[in-house]
Amino acid sequence: MGFFQSIYVIAGKDIALEMRGKEIITTSVFFSMLTILVFGFAFDLAHAQGQQFAAGGLWVAILFSGALTMNRSFMHEKENDCLSALMLAPLDRSAIYFGKMGANLILMLAAELFIVPASIVIFNVDVMERFLPQMAALFLGTLGFTAVGTLVAAMSVNLRVREMLGPLLTLPVVAPALIAAVKISGGLINGDPMDELWVWYQVLAVFDVIYLVAPWLLFEKLVDE
Amino acid sequence: MDTNPQEQPAVELDQVTKRFGHLTAVNGISLRIEKGEFLTIFGPNGAGKTTLIRIMAGLMAATEGQALINGRPARDHDDQARRDIGLISHQTFTYGQLTAMENLVFFARLYGVQNPADKCGRLLEEVGLSKRAHEPVRSFSRGMIQRLSIARALVHDPSIILLDEPFTGLDQHAAETLKRQLVRLRDEKRALVMITHNLEQGVALGTRVALQVAGKIVLDQPAGQVDAAHFNQVYFEKVGEAHY
Repeated sequence: MGFFQSIYVIAGKDIALEMRGKEIITTSVFFSMLTILVFGFAFDLAHAQGQQFAAGGLWVAILFSGALTMNRSFMHEKENDCLSALMLAPLDRSAIYFGKMGANLILMLAAELFIVPASIVIFNVDVMERFLPQMAALFLGTLGFTAVGTLVAAMSVNLRVREMLGPLLTLPVVAPALIAAVKISGGLINGDPMDELWVWYQVLAVFDVIYLVAPWLLFEKLVDE
Repeated sequence: MDTNPQEQPAVELDQVTKRFGHLTAVNGISLRIEKGEFLTIFGPNGAGKTTLIRIMAGLMAATEGQALINGRPARDHDDQARRDIGLISHQTFTYGQLTAMENLVFFARLYGVQNPADKCGRLLEEVGLSKRAHEPVRSFSRGMIQRLSIARALVHDPSIILLDEPFTGLDQHAAETLKRQLVRLRDEKRALVMITHNLEQGVALGTRVALQVAGKIVLDQPAGQVDAAHFNQVYFEKVGEAHY
């Protein structure tokens, strides 16, 4: 079976599993909405100064959503030692990582379909004027977070304290991507020129490339017995 | 090395040792299992039997020595070596939220099986689960899950089948179904390696029996020559020597 076909089959299985239980999407959307709501009450968002918190609020909500998604992503493989069954199959083992990362990315983007409109309403910001650059930042930031989160979830799948360790290991690593994403989202809301924001797009893109190439090289060693 | 799979033994272990820190789970085991042979391995808990099976399956690297599957290193990330193996573990390797059919089709697609739905339908029929094919596996009994597990291991038609205590937790009916399946697979001249604690069952099914104690094979003989009383005597002597 080809590399991309294996990724498609594994991602499809993870999406099918999520569609049965809807555990990840329900909890991640719920907690993200709650975060946005708390931010909405904490700051006076009717004024321009309050809107400066919008980008930070949005990405904290995405972070919550992502942490919950990543924590659950290898649970199904752990349940009946299905990870061993995947490792037995004649496929490039990094396809297991990319399949699971693909499913996580789709689930996070699905959660963002709720998070972003809620942020627009509660933080009272106009993103339509620079819609495409905002979406590009959202996609690149989510991709980077998912790449690292899935890798950490794979590394910690056999640990007893994985639910605590996952976010602890993920957050410091994704900090550069998060900072870049917040800078872009905030800059776009504040009307900063694209020339000033370009460097942050580059940071995000380089981060994504590094954390997509590293698992391709390392995943097998990380999950091997 | 001659790699013509027809001329190679199905499984060949050459001085395989596996250590976990100070613990030696498998200690210099050499075995040759021919096509059509059914090797049953007995041994007390902690003898390293599961470790040995996982090394044969390529799931675990040996600390020393090597395992060959039809002449190819089990750990050489060779697609064909992995295609040749079907593993039935005491873990079921199934997703509880997916249906029996979805589980089988998923694994069939990973192995590149042609017409996976047809093949999986036939397999479910064979293991007596066709009526429950579209129900989630979490609603199944232990015996039904084990039957599904057998179908999953056979979905890609492997030439070597490794079974790690496959009768554990099965009721009488499920155990009989599994026995029939194993006899059929044996008669199809596939190579089978089974770990079990049930001497009577293991001797009846196997063409060869071995006893593993403290990481070593201490007895290896054709099943037809096994005298239960003698085997039990050797078993308790060796286990006693190993201070379990």
